[in-house]
Amino acid sequence: MPELFSPALILLAGALLGALLRGSLRTAVLFAAPAATLWAIWQVPDGVATTFTFLEYYQLEPVEGSPLRRLFATVFALMALGGVLYAFRQAKPYELCSALAYAAGAVGVCFAGDLITLFIYWELMALFSTVIVFCGGTPAARAAGIRYAILHLLGGVILKVGIEGIAVHTGSIDLQPMLAHNFDSWMVLIGILINVAAPPFSAWLADSYPESSPTGSVFLSAFTTKTAVLALMLLFPGEQVLIWVGIYMIMYGIIYALLENDARRILAYSVVNQVGFMVCAVGIGTELALNGAAAHAFAHIIYKALLFMSAGVVIYRTGKHLCTDLGGLFRTMPITTVCGIIGALAISSFPLTSGFTTKTLISEAAVSEGLVAVYLVLTAASAGVFLHAGIKFPWFVFFQKDSGLRPKDAPWNMALAMIVFAALCIIIGVFPQTFYEFLPYPLEAYEPYKAGKVLFYLQLLLFSGLAFFVMLPLMKRTLTISLDTDWLWRRLFARVYTYCQRLLETTRQTLMTRLKTWYAVMIRLAQRTYADASKEADVELMPRSQPIATTALWIALLLSGYVLAYYI
Amino acid sequence: MDHDKPHATQHAHDHWLVRPTTIRNIWIGSLILLALLVAAEWMVPIKARFSVDDWPAFGAVYGFLSCVAMVLFAKALGWLLKRPDDYYAQPRDKELDDDA
Repeated sequence: MPELFSPALILLAGALLGALLRGSLRTAVLFAAPAATLWAIWQVPDGVATTFTFLEYYQLEPVEGSPLRRLFATVFALMALGGVLYAFRQAKPYELCSALAYAAGAVGVCFAGDLITLFIYWELMALFSTVIVFCGGTPAARAAGIRYAILHLLGGVILKVGIEGIAVHTGSIDLQPMLAHNFDSWMVLIGILINVAAPPFSAWLADSYPESSPTGSVFLSAFTTKTAVLALMLLFPGEQVLIWVGIYMIMYGIIYALLENDARRILAYSVVNQVGFMVCAVGIGTELALNGAAAHAFAHIIYKALLFMSAGVVIYRTGKHLCTDLGGLFRTMPITTVCGIIGALAISSFPLTSGFTTKTLISEAAVSEGLVAVYLVLTAASAGVFLHAGIKFPWFVFFQKDSGLRPKDAPWNMALAMIVFAALCIIIGVFPQTFYEFLPYPLEAYEPYKAGKVLFYLQLLLFSGLAFFVMLPLMKRTLTISLDTDWLWRRLFARVYTYCQRLLETTRQTLMTRLKTWYAVMIRLAQRTYADASKEADVELMPRSQPIATTALWIALLLSGYVLAYYI
Repeated sequence: MDHDKPHATQHAHDHWLVRPTTIRNIWIGSLILLALLVAAEWMVPIKARFSVDDWPAFGAVYGFLSCVAMVLFAKALGWLLKRPDDYYAQPRDKELDDDA
């Protein structure tokens, strides 16, 4: 049956059942749904199995399989399973169910054979990821959730405009590679780029993820941006503009993470940075680059989740999230510290971790296409990643000064999830060839561990480590945030709105005062006329005369208007 | 719960990893490691990918300098972009009144 029903439906059913059931039955469903999805993903055959006719013209293809799609779906299902293990004893039940529905959206996008199916699952993700942001439970989380929802719904609308345009102009909603050459394809590209946290909308990610609950950010870090990377790979491989968008994201992530004080916001900026590597690779567009993007997305989801897990444990145990309040936690949290460091090494693409075997594919693709400038930026950025995520995150959270905090280490389920994910980071790093077999294109000639290359990366990374400790006085944490493009809508638009509101209010008041004076004069005139008449009739007309006078006045105005209009 | 007390003045009571002697040893060890990494280039040649990257210690110099550049750039940008962390939490109307 997998050719008829998307594996996403299993997760969705799990989310629904989980919401209805209670106790250990619910826990069982929460674990069984991602596990069953994982099995179903590998039953999906290549190509399109079934089509449905939609609105008489369009062919819906709810399930289309390919190695690339299965790879992304696999890591999403793994992530859902690992996330449930990490969170099932600590998170609110509705957060867990939303996470499964959110993952269902991501898996659904993986197998979408047409643009409309893609859009439906895309919105499913937007909806349930917003719920997860709301689960942060604080007023700040609610406000961030609303901003998150507005931006993602806006992105959805732009995407939909593009899809409608393509459907109308080409008569096909098939999901196939294209280039951004007309209005429709640009709309689709922009809609996807909003989800990928590309400029000028990069700010939504660092705004919302750190406001979610300690468990929520683990789920959030995995799905939205990477689903968008997959959509770019399916729709826009080789689109040149993506190289520059990617490079901007890479640099933006590093610079903002260096300025940041909130531990999870540092990680959020480094999501943008890492996704930038993938976007750049999609822009390069060769088979090697696309393999790199896919492999890096897979590895990234695992080590980024691991990093958010370790940050989550710290926040769960201490209630603190600012680097200025943390430090010295390695004393009592050895498991969390070691797992956090493994995640940090993996994100820095240290040899023997997953990041090394996947990120170097992208650098290799850049240099083999003759893109030396891009290669140099990617290499500098690799050093920068070690700086902002590889050392800065573990240093300020687990070492640095002694904050005096002596929290307990992670609860068993959180620790187990971290250990499993840390092991995955190392397994992909140590046995890359096995992992490469699952990539969309064959990769026989590529050898990640050449002695010269390993030495080059060790030099690059360890000397950037030296730079970190030499420059440490310059990186003293301050109780600050950094302004971003979201200042435009959080502050400037808000101010303009308030200003316009006040202007309108003042105008309204002035007009009302004028009108009242004018009205009073008219009424007085009318009263005088009626008073003369009523004197003769000796009847008190006043209570009724006022509305009648108004009506008469309006009729007179309308009639004169009509006469004027007639002559003009 | 005597290790709940913040930072004992006598370092001997602190975790071995944060004692000044350990930290000094870590620094010395790391610097030796870095020197060895650069020296290793004579044993393990690094294949040049384009032109200047076959210079000795290119990786080390490039990694170090690009990080220094990024930190300095971030610092400069920080002057422009950093705000108190309750910046968005301030009531808007109050600030508008202040502006007026």
